[in-house]
Order: sequence, then C-alpha cells, then structure tokens
Amino acid sequence: MDSASTSLPHEKSEFNTKAIWRTFWILLGITVVELIIAIIYYETHFFPKHILNGVFVIMTLAKAFFIIAEFMHLGHEIKNLILTIGIPALLFVWFLIAFVWDGGSYHNLRMRYDPYAKEQSKTKVQKTEHQEEGKKPGKE
Amino acid sequence: MAHTVPVGQKWWSGGKSPFNVEYGKLMMWYFLMSDAFTFGAFLISYGSIRFSSTSWPDPNEVFRSFPFIGQMNVPLAFVSLMTFILIMSSVTMVMAVGAGQAGDRKAVMKWMFLTILGGLAFLGCQAWEWWHLHGEGAWWGSNPFLNIDGTQSTTNFTNYFFTITGFHGFHVFSGVIINIIMLIKTWRGDFERRGHYLMIEKAGLYWHFVDLVWVFVFTCFYLL
Repeated sequence: MDSASTSLPHEKSEFNTKAIWRTFWILLGITVVELIIAIIYYETHFFPKHILNGVFVIMTLAKAFFIIAEFMHLGHEIKNLILTIGIPALLFVWFLIAFVWDGGSYHNLRMRYDPYAKEQSKTKVQKTEHQEEGKKPGKE
Repeated sequence: MAHTVPVGQKWWSGGKSPFNVEYGKLMMWYFLMSDAFTFGAFLISYGSIRFSSTSWPDPNEVFRSFPFIGQMNVPLAFVSLMTFILIMSSVTMVMAVGAGQAGDRKAVMKWMFLTILGGLAFLGCQAWEWWHLHGEGAWWGSNPFLNIDGTQSTTNFTNYFFTITGFHGFHVFSGVIINIIMLIKTWRGDFERRGHYLMIEKAGLYWHFVDLVWVFVFTCFYLL
C-alpha cells in the first residue's frame, strides 16, 4: 500500500455494505441484551446491581468500539492516525477513576461528619405526599 | 487493515499525507476528540455526584412511559426506540458516505434525506420525553421522584438529566442542520463539480459521534 501514500483516499472502492449491516446488527443485539437484563433485574432483583453495572459498562464500551471502528472507519485508517486518536483518549481512564473516587470519598466524609445528611439518607418519605407538594415549574 | 508507515520514508517533510486522510477530515477527528472530553467531563461529573450520593432514583421507574398508550408501565421501551432510531440513522449516514465514494449523487441525496429524517425523529422523541417529564414535575431544580430506597432525592438527578440530554440533543440538532446543508450542496451538484464527496464523510464523522455519545448517555442515565 506504499503507493496509496501520495493520493488522498479516493480509491476506497472497498466500501463494504455487508460489514455495515453486520455492525448494525451487533449494535442492535447488544442494546437488546442490555434492555432484557435491565428489565429482568427490574422485575426480579435477582443479581447484585453492581455486577450488572459492570456488564453494562463492558457492553457500552463494545458498542463504542464498533461505532468508532466501523461507522467512523477508524479501524481501517493508518495506524498512526489510530494512535493519535487512541492515546489521548486514554486520559479518560485517569479522568474517570480520579473523579469517581473523589465522589466516593465525599460520600464517606458526609456519612461520618454530617449527621443531617446521614439521617436524611435513612429517612423514607411518602411518595404521594411528596408529589402533592412537588413544585411544578412553569405550571403556576 | 491498519497500515504502518514504512521505515526510512520522509513522511513529515511535506508533499505527502502521513495519515492518508484529507486535512479537514483529520481536523474533524481532533474536534471530535475535544468534544468527547466535553461530554466526558459532563458524564464523569455526573458519576462523581452519583458516587457521593447514598441512593438515586430508579430509571425503570422514571422512564417507563410511552406516547399514546396512557398509563401503561413499559420501562425503557421509549428510550430503546430512540436508540434504535439513532443507530439506524447512523447506518443511512454510512450508506451516504459509500454512495459518495462511488460518486452516485442521487444515492447520496436519498441516504442523506433518510439520515435527516432519522435525526428529526430522534429530536421529536426527545421533545416528547422532556415534555412528559416536565408534566410530571421534573425540571432543572425540581425532582418529583424518590430514591430507589424510598428516601428523599435531591435535584441532582433532574439537573444532570436535563443538562446532559439537552447538550446531546443540541448536538443532534446541529448535526441535522449540517446534514441539511450537505443535502442542499449535493443537490446543487457542488460536490460533483469538486470531484469528491469528502464533505459528506466529515459530516458523517460528526453524525456518528453524536450516536457514540448517545450510547454513553443511554448507559449512564437509563441502565446504571
């Protein structure tokens, strides 16, 4: 493919309709499985939610991979282009861990030092009563 | 399929296209990177707030309505329809890109038209969802839903929901506008005269990015 370097990618005659539809079915299939799991959990509360959340995150990343690689065609570009997008995207790993960790730490601090927040997190409220007094903006 | 640059070639001294993509397309990729970090900041801030809360409303309870079927309880059905519409419009967009590479003006117009229809359908669905939630008393600064464990919820839930889906909806809206402009330019034969349909590919990248963000919004708000 050395000769391809001088020309812009016009001669991409390898446009593959089949691969696009395959990607579509994969994306649709993953989404349907996600929904089935979510609804089964809603009806039965059978599995622990945090394990399901891990499954959802993995499925989401799989969908993201297929959209980027196939629909956005990045999987078929030159390796250097893939890296120039992929390496900066790794910052998300730090970004997510740091800020979610910070949120968890804030929660711990409040539960330890803020008796009001702790009490509120244990007090159940009546749904109907709450909806009665619920503000409806723009409805006045 | 990924090609490596051969060793010993002077790829960066000019006259060559080291990434083998057109300049505008490369810049679109870098713009999308920055946009991804904007969305990432929103979603990670949302995650941070969720981790700092003891409990959170149950999406299956909040998002269980569907237009024209009254009070029937169908958790997540409507948002699944929205997801399907957006994935479908991504497919028609790829078809438009493919038709552009084949230089088929008529087919590009057909697929761009379908993509625009998909975008408008998505926006219509989102408008209905917002209107419905607003009718239930949900808005920025107002949260009628309780946490899943029955405790009082804060307005964080609705604030984040409306801000992030609103920001995404605004991206869909601008994507539709861009696609309409591309359709008009195709119709006028601008790209045919130019000899290539690379503008369609760039608009396509933006459109797929909107779909990509929706995948994450969908997971964060409706599944987790």
